[in-house]
Amino acid sequence: MKILVLMKMVPDIVEELEVAADGRSLDQEYLRFIVNERDEYALEQALLLKDRLQATVVVVAPEAPEVDDVLFTARAKGADRLIKVVGLPAGAGARVTATALAATLPGVDGVLPADLVLSGCQSIDDLDGFVAPLLAAALGLPYLGLVSRVAVDAEGGKALLSKEYAGGVMGRFELSLPALVGIQGCEKPPRYVPVAKVRAAIAAGGIEEVAAAGGAGVAPLEIAAMAKPEAAGHAEMLEGSARDVAEKVADILAARGLL
Amino acid sequence: MPDPTTSSLFGVPGWVFLWLFALVALALFGWRAYRLVKAVSRGRAEPRWDHLPRRLWTMVANVGGQRRMFDNPGIGLAHLVIFWTFVFYAFSFAWNLLRGLFPLLPIPYADEVAWVSFPMELLTVAAIVAMAGAAVRRYFFTPPRLERSRDATLILILISVLLVTFLVGQGAKVVAEDGVASWSPIGGLIGGWLDGLSASAAADLFLAMWWLHMVTVLAFLAYLLYSKHLHLLASPFSVFAASLETGGMPPPSEGAAQLEEFTWRELYNGLACAECGRCDRACPAFASGEVLSPKDLIHEIKLAVLDAARGDGHRDLISTVGAEAIWACTTCRACMDRCPVFNEHIPLIVQMRRQLMIRGEVGTGVQDMLTGLTRYGNSFGQSPRNRAKWARDLGFEVKDARREPVDYLWFVGDYASFDPRVQEITRAVARLFHHAGLDFGILAEGEQNAGNDVRRLGEEGLFEMLRDKNLAALASAEYRAIVTTDPHTYHVLKNEYGLNGRVVHYTEVLGDLVASGRLPVSPNGGGRVTYHDPCYLGRYGGIYEPPRRLLRALGLQVAEMPRNRSSAFCCGAGGGRIWMEDAPGGAERPAESRVREAAALKGVGTMVVACPKDLVMFRDALKTTGLEGALAVRDIVELVEDAIGATQRSEA
Amino acid sequence: MAGNVWVVAEQWKGSVSDATYEALALGRDLAEGLGARLEAVLLGQGVRALADSLGRADAVLYVDHPALAEGTGEQTSRALAALAAERSPALILVPTTNVSWDLLGLLPARLGVPLVNFCRQATASGGAVEFSSLLYGGKMAATLTAGDGTVVVAVLPGVRPAEAGKGGPPPQVEEVAVAFEAGDGVRWLEYEEPEAGDVDITQQEFLVAVGRGISNEANVEVAEELAAALGGAVCGSRPVIDQGWLPLVRQVGKSGVTVKPRLYVAAGISGAPEHVEGMKDAELIVAVNTDPGAPIFSVAHYGIVEDATDVLEALAEAVSKRKG
Repeated sequence: MKILVLMKMVPDIVEELEVAADGRSLDQEYLRFIVNERDEYALEQALLLKDRLQATVVVVAPEAPEVDDVLFTARAKGADRLIKVVGLPAGAGARVTATALAATLPGVDGVLPADLVLSGCQSIDDLDGFVAPLLAAALGLPYLGLVSRVAVDAEGGKALLSKEYAGGVMGRFELSLPALVGIQGCEKPPRYVPVAKVRAAIAAGGIEEVAAAGGAGVAPLEIAAMAKPEAAGHAEMLEGSARDVAEKVADILAARGLL
Repeated sequence: MPDPTTSSLFGVPGWVFLWLFALVALALFGWRAYRLVKAVSRGRAEPRWDHLPRRLWTMVANVGGQRRMFDNPGIGLAHLVIFWTFVFYAFSFAWNLLRGLFPLLPIPYADEVAWVSFPMELLTVAAIVAMAGAAVRRYFFTPPRLERSRDATLILILISVLLVTFLVGQGAKVVAEDGVASWSPIGGLIGGWLDGLSASAAADLFLAMWWLHMVTVLAFLAYLLYSKHLHLLASPFSVFAASLETGGMPPPSEGAAQLEEFTWRELYNGLACAECGRCDRACPAFASGEVLSPKDLIHEIKLAVLDAARGDGHRDLISTVGAEAIWACTTCRACMDRCPVFNEHIPLIVQMRRQLMIRGEVGTGVQDMLTGLTRYGNSFGQSPRNRAKWARDLGFEVKDARREPVDYLWFVGDYASFDPRVQEITRAVARLFHHAGLDFGILAEGEQNAGNDVRRLGEEGLFEMLRDKNLAALASAEYRAIVTTDPHTYHVLKNEYGLNGRVVHYTEVLGDLVASGRLPVSPNGGGRVTYHDPCYLGRYGGIYEPPRRLLRALGLQVAEMPRNRSSAFCCGAGGGRIWMEDAPGGAERPAESRVREAAALKGVGTMVVACPKDLVMFRDALKTTGLEGALAVRDIVELVEDAIGATQRSEA
Repeated sequence: MAGNVWVVAEQWKGSVSDATYEALALGRDLAEGLGARLEAVLLGQGVRALADSLGRADAVLYVDHPALAEGTGEQTSRALAALAAERSPALILVPTTNVSWDLLGLLPARLGVPLVNFCRQATASGGAVEFSSLLYGGKMAATLTAGDGTVVVAVLPGVRPAEAGKGGPPPQVEEVAVAFEAGDGVRWLEYEEPEAGDVDITQQEFLVAVGRGISNEANVEVAEELAAALGGAVCGSRPVIDQGWLPLVRQVGKSGVTVKPRLYVAAGISGAPEHVEGMKDAELIVAVNTDPGAPIFSVAHYGIVEDATDVLEALAEAVSKRKG
């Protein structure tokens, strides 16, 4: 059984984000990239299925700063094959990425058809769409997103999924394989892999680079301006030690009759 | 006196029986020894032959002098007596055996020689008193965690038999030789009690005692390697092969769960253990709910070795010890410092943690911290650009040691840089350094977590990565010494980075500044405080007096908690525990126990700390124990600032 | 921009979501600005009656089909794409709750048109529409226009008050027969209600919410103390639920519940839009976070930059003391 995992890099918001001089993009000086959190859950889900079904896991990611570390970390966790898609324009956006992937992947040996494709169903930079469903539509695969539990019936060619709704309600669905699933969560948090294992993976190498095909016919959205959001309002900030502010808050609560 | 081995027993010469017993006993002993040595040598290599003179001296002090047994002076003396008595008995036995097996040798028996039998008589009496005392302690005032196994009781009985048979034999000799008791005062005394016997009855008694004694020793010898008294023979070597490094990390490895994955020295711990329980009594993790028992840990190793000696079993030590216990260790070293046979508990823990890391079986708290640390270089998961934020608005510039040479390169550490509660202390230290005109600087964003606790968690790869980055930053800086406020950082920079220069703790620097007058103090009032020795400064670093000297120089009186200096009780944050949840167990946490201990001191209102994690842990513990009004926890630098006086402080 | 403004009415388990009314309010403004009609699109099976509440729209386009019963994106996107291909609306506004998530993902591909995601504001003038979208967990706002042709817009909760989208007389309903390939690759089986916890956080007056900033599971206890002192309950943001520190029923936000307590203490929560949408209407919001730039401070009434656990502890004490 073959499972494909799509991962991508997004700006790391632990760092302070600044607007570049052109007023419409992110300033690159201190910008770092981190793997999309939901994609980590997708990889974890794939690895759990790998153990249960003796499947192979192929990880695909578009080129971006720091993506090599992410791919090697996936290898250290147990991924079997690593593919990096190069040649996508910077700031490509979801539509361009999905179209390009749909055009590129069929041409890579042994990638498609995959029984199951997993990818995070959202990320913080999806301005013009979510890659997972866009790719599903382009490849003609059935799609379900916001999934946090996946079980596979390999013989029956089906996947049993739990999808998240508001208020903790879960919807149970059945998908015919092959299918693409948009992952929101997983039954376990992403596993830890020690630095020594990642370093061993880096030393062993083995990321296949594939040139992006296609992607034409769609253009990313043009951002006219970018700025830190002016809030409708801002909190009144309370200063002092934890003890001091606690007293101030207690005063406020008392004044409002909340105590 | 009849010669025991030439006299006949039931028509057969004595030496026949002696040869028989001796061969059987020595065969059993030898076979067992062979199996044990083979089992231990299945472990990995670990060189412990270096610094021979130092190792030999350690043996003299700790095997000959039984130094660590004197933590309780009474039992220390008793054990010393019993030990030396035993040495004499072993010597005399070997002599007697030789002479007994080869009756034609032209030498007397050992007890026929005054310079052997005279000291033996005196020691025997002392040993009997010591044994009685030890037995009373063992059975009526049992220290917690002391194993009162049947095995131990049997040994006590065997030893008592040896002591009694010797003395009665000496007495019988006196009677048989018609009251001549030269150089045999106790023999003479006992001879007096036996003077009702005829000379030939006395000779028979002597023979009986001689044979009972020899048979008992041979039986003891055969039994020895199957009992906990294996430690008798194993421990001198464990002392010889003790770790000479304070940090005591295992050699590079992928961790260990099976016997073969541990080193021979780690396996040897199991054989040397005397099951005395000192380690358990000292362990903070044990005290807060018995999640981890260092003694049980060693016992599991012993069981694995014994299994291997029997040819059986592939124990997975991680399952038998349990992951919960393995993660519960704070690496405070109290166990290893106490152990009279120099067993090494922490390397065992770290080995198993390394294996758990590789298996990915790590709690989410630790995992999150490690992921953030790998990415951002700090355990707070914050952007590295925030590292030097504490140094803003000090009123003066702190030098960037990456750009200009400094005398003191201040390696600040994560907690001191990022934790809001500790940042105040860091700023106070900066103000004092500045006030004293000290030439110091920091690496700012170039600093990474020093990696001490990462290493103790078993993430050796991450430790190496952090160390290499820090070494690169240090290599490009010019400085005369490294100073830090964090004992964990102090230890790892000083001992595990391979740096050749000076690494000092801020209490030493402050102490020097005060002593030399560069920080002029006007001692105010002379209050009473107590000082908590941080584990990595005290037990690991051997620095106990400088902080106390500093406090006294400030005009303060230092009262000691019952557990002070090398027996200081850990706050519970080390070994990565500060990032883990409290172990279930219900009993009070180590930090709570410690603040209660401080609060119980008469007239003491302040516990002084010299470590950022201690500050955080103890201040939290004050809240959870409700002791906030009764005791204050203050960093030593705050007391220095108090003594400098308000006028000078306002300059900063 | 030529064509009408469409708003997809989210119907689930027999009712129309609040987010739909918010989108209708926005749609009304945009339709007026463009001089176009506002049409609500209702997809489902046997839910025609729900169209009555969509009075803010000029008309309702109703598509009835068994495949659309549970609002599964795989099918709704096909139906809607077919309908939109026929009618060429200028804008299709879609609310961004879990129900419509997949529709948002698939529709742009099926229609071959762009999507403007995370839209928190849109204004129409001179025949064009300018959008403002929130990116990077709410840390940046992008202003953009989308060119000609149909544009699908993902509307963030809170873009308008829901009340502004309600009212008006029951609209004209046009039942449309659309030819689309339903497909059976995705089949709904059932819903699983969460285990009834002892606490329904939507009914609580005082909520203490914890996020990743409380550092570890043990500190949830500290939040419990404050909640107890206040007479309320503990809830959490998504990361805390993912880690297993709190059960699913305590989650506030997109995949959790929306709460409107009298007091909401947000401890160690950054304020990403998916969480904020679940608590922004609380009467009094006090936020604690070590990052002074955290988006939560735009929503909170009072803000504190300190370690979350420290403040929770101190506050629990201060409150207990006041209450005596």
